[in-house]
Amino acid sequence: MNDNVLIKVEGLKKHYKGGTIKALDGIDMEIRQGEVVVIIGPSGSGKSTFLRSLNLLEYPTEGHIYIDGADITNPKVNLNRHRQKMGMVFQHFNLFPHMTILGNMTLAPVKLLKMPKKEAEQMAMELLERVGLGDRAAAYPGQLSGGQKQRIAIVRALCMKPEVLLFDEPTSALDPEMVGEVLDVMKELAKDGMTMVVVTHEMGFAREVGSRVVFMADGMVVEENDPQTLFANPKSPRLQDFLAKVL
Amino acid sequence: MGAWFEGFKANAGAWFEDFKATFRLNFIEDNRYMYLVNGLKNTLIITVFAALLGIALGIIVASVRTTFDKNEESMRMRNKGLYIVMKIANTVCKVYLTVIRGTPVVVQLMIMYFIIMASSTNSVLIAILAFGINSGAYVAEIFRGGIMSIDNGQFEAGRSLGFSYFRTMYHIVVPQVIKNVLPALLNECIALLKETSVAGYVSIQDLTKGGDIIRGRTYSAFMPLIMVALIYLIVVVVLTWLVGKVERRLKVSER
Ligand SMILES: Nc1ncnc2c1ncn2[C@@H]1O[C@H](COP(=O)(O)OP(=O)(O)OP(=O)(O)O)[C@@H](O)[C@H]1O
Ligand SMILES: [Mg+2]
Repeated sequence: MNDNVLIKVEGLKKHYKGGTIKALDGIDMEIRQGEVVVIIGPSGSGKSTFLRSLNLLEYPTEGHIYIDGADITNPKVNLNRHRQKMGMVFQHFNLFPHMTILGNMTLAPVKLLKMPKKEAEQMAMELLERVGLGDRAAAYPGQLSGGQKQRIAIVRALCMKPEVLLFDEPTSALDPEMVGEVLDVMKELAKDGMTMVVVTHEMGFAREVGSRVVFMADGMVVEENDPQTLFANPKSPRLQDFLAKVL
Repeated sequence: MGAWFEGFKANAGAWFEDFKATFRLNFIEDNRYMYLVNGLKNTLIITVFAALLGIALGIIVASVRTTFDKNEESMRMRNKGLYIVMKIANTVCKVYLTVIRGTPVVVQLMIMYFIIMASSTNSVLIAILAFGINSGAYVAEIFRGGIMSIDNGQFEAGRSLGFSYFRTMYHIVVPQVIKNVLPALLNECIALLKETSVAGYVSIQDLTKGGDIIRGRTYSAFMPLIMVALIYLIVVVVLTWLVGKVERRLKVSER
């Protein structure tokens, strides 16, 4: 169970405004290969801040983050190298509007992994087929629906062959009828053994796909467990209160 | 009715003869039109090179300012030395922007001519420097505004894929910025062209000064000044038409 720890977080704190806002207030976590960790919690509990700290889009005030054993909070560590191994999917997709879908997907592998363009395009086409968007390779992001954009954002991250994917509320900006198509892609990935950390309000997804559910409040992990236990038998009053509201 | 028309014809005829005489006096005699030709040449040389200098300065200043703003925290956490260097550079840029945008361009030109470059006799070069340094401040703010208008999510997407800050700028942000700022940049060049008309303050013979010299020789103000205005107008209208064309092209390529 302890082997293959991919990400190790130690005493992570993130303070704003000279410590008056404690977005993260001491988090310890281990994420193992193949795990799907689902993070839930009320608004402002620090879920996004935690996820964004994992690839140092936010710089922690205190604490350490180890990726494959390397402490990325150490300034001497090559951060860009480590970020290549951690794909990220944003709430608002963040596709590059001036590039085609194929351009979006092949940019990083060609420029960073030095993959030949032909090979990158072939890989991108295969991934597009897998998410049912093979016919949109030449389209621009502005021509796609939200659900399509998010599926592209996921396969764009996959083009870097990451070891772990981070999702920050990937379905929150979508019209309800498009949520399913994105969650389906994520379920497929989980089934294929992709390591994932997912911040979401989709409790169905957490229950069905999560190997572990983490409940955060006030910048701390209040409770974590396998989804069956956590949802059926919440121990802390904060979680009971939260679940009563969202379920 | 007929008599009125006859009267009008005679008047118009006299007016036209008068016009011809003044035109001859102001532009043909002593080859006075050469003041305008040489003046326009100087105006265009000063504008083009000042614009190039301004764009170069603008890119440098905007790069320093946005790099500092976007990476302040990461530099402070990961590279203290670089942070201090960038903070100093950023402060220098801010002072430059404040001073240049807070003082009239004529005063800047006179300081350049009578103080900084007092030993130089190349007045066109002095004007290029003064107007270029002035324009750089405005161009810098155009570029900075363009970069800041790009959603931060674009930077974050680039960084999360593993691109460095500079490669994110190069591959992802700058191509979008250029599209956004090109029209504003061309408009700045048009404004610059008109601004150079104060070059005569330091005895540079630009287009405006050329017209003024003719006025001094012929003691007739109307024709030389209207001609100068007309030439500026034609150049500006042509440039504005070009900007519109560029804008339309950018719109078409936008999807
Ligand atoms: N740049 C910032 N400056 C100041 N405070 C911030 C900043 N970013 C986040 N915070 C604060 O940190 C806390 C945690 O924010 P965070 O976005 O991580 O919450 P969240 O759990 O993702 O909430 P949501 O469900 O609304 O997305 C909030 O109180 C927020 O106001
Ligand atoms: Mg959030």
